[in-house]
Amino acid sequence: MIEFAALPTAVQAALVVGLVLLEAIGLYLGYGALEQRIAPPVLNAIRNA
Amino acid sequence: MAVLGLSPELWVLFVGFGFMVGVFFGFFGMGGSFLVTPTLLILGYPASVAIGSSMAFVFGTAVIATLKHNDIGQVDYKLGGLMFAGIVLGIEAGKMLVFGLEALGRAELVVGIAYILLLAAIGLVFTRNALRQTNEDDATGESDSDPNDIPELAKTIKSYDIPPMVTLTDGSRASMWVISGVGGGVGVVSGFLGVGGGFIRMPAIYYLIGVPLAAAVGTSLFGALMSGAVGAFSYGLSGVIDVGVVTALLVGSAFGARIGSASTAYVDEEDVTIYFGIMLLLASVAVAFGELATWLEAPILDRVSFVLLIGSAAFVTVTILYYGTKAVREGRDAPAVG
Repeated sequence: MIEFAALPTAVQAALVVGLVLLEAIGLYLGYGALEQRIAPPVLNAIRNA
Repeated sequence: MAVLGLSPELWVLFVGFGFMVGVFFGFFGMGGSFLVTPTLLILGYPASVAIGSSMAFVFGTAVIATLKHNDIGQVDYKLGGLMFAGIVLGIEAGKMLVFGLEALGRAELVVGIAYILLLAAIGLVFTRNALRQTNEDDATGESDSDPNDIPELAKTIKSYDIPPMVTLTDGSRASMWVISGVGGGVGVVSGFLGVGGGFIRMPAIYYLIGVPLAAAVGTSLFGALMSGAVGAFSYGLSGVIDVGVVTALLVGSAFGARIGSASTAYVDEEDVTIYFGIMLLLASVAVAFGELATWLEAPILDRVSFVLLIGSAAFVTVTILYYGTKAVREGRDAPAVG
């Protein structure tokens, strides 16, 4: 396995940016799918509470 | 057990804080990043780590916001791309300033004071606008202004032909000097404070470059994306980004942004703007307490500072959620949103 700290600093910095990009896209899509599934029942539950 | 270098308590704290920041971002379209750096400073992170991590967080938040705005097609990618060189140079200058101050042992103090002034200024603007809005509420009718209109200042600037001139997506022309100046100026602020800079970039794009308001908002977000990417890479080169902090904040903020964004369909912004303004003023006081804690070597002030910052942010979040829930219960229908 390649040690992260052993990589050149430019590669480390690019990996950090890439990781944040992937996290953001994953969270956008993941929460988007979750919202479509649970938003209507949650709104109904609040209306009927 | 630490995950990505964070204890479970810190995960809860950062995910929770990220959620609040996300709600503000989704609801007000701003307010995210300029709370993160001061919070990290109060928690004892070095200025470079606080700013670098905040820049990476700005990048992640801006990616999510731009993806959302892209759906409704209000981003001038060409203008965003043209600002890139200015952004790179500006952020690099801001970062050099931070590391220069850090070498002198003055980075936390100077960045802290800059935040006290910044938060107080933005807080005052929000509070004043909220109070003015309340007073004028009944006196004003519907605005019939053209959404594609641009301010007089922008028209004056555009009337000067300073080469090289470029044609923007909407067909209007602007000088590369103005575009680079806006990119570079906001870049310095971003690189120095670890903020997206939307609160300066958006008005600058509207008033100085002369892009219509709706496109200025989306293009400013795209600018924040580039600032975040460049800033994260630049600070990443110095190895000062805490990936655990950034990840925890993003997990919370991506969720909070959806709640905040959905709340705009139910909650009247005027009802909560004043609380947001007061929260920013309290945040300014909190950072001042944090600085005093270091100066007077009184850790109790650090705790007061932390409670003030998190407490005021939590209060505004709960207020937005309360008004949203109340509106849903009263059966107020949400207008169709994109």
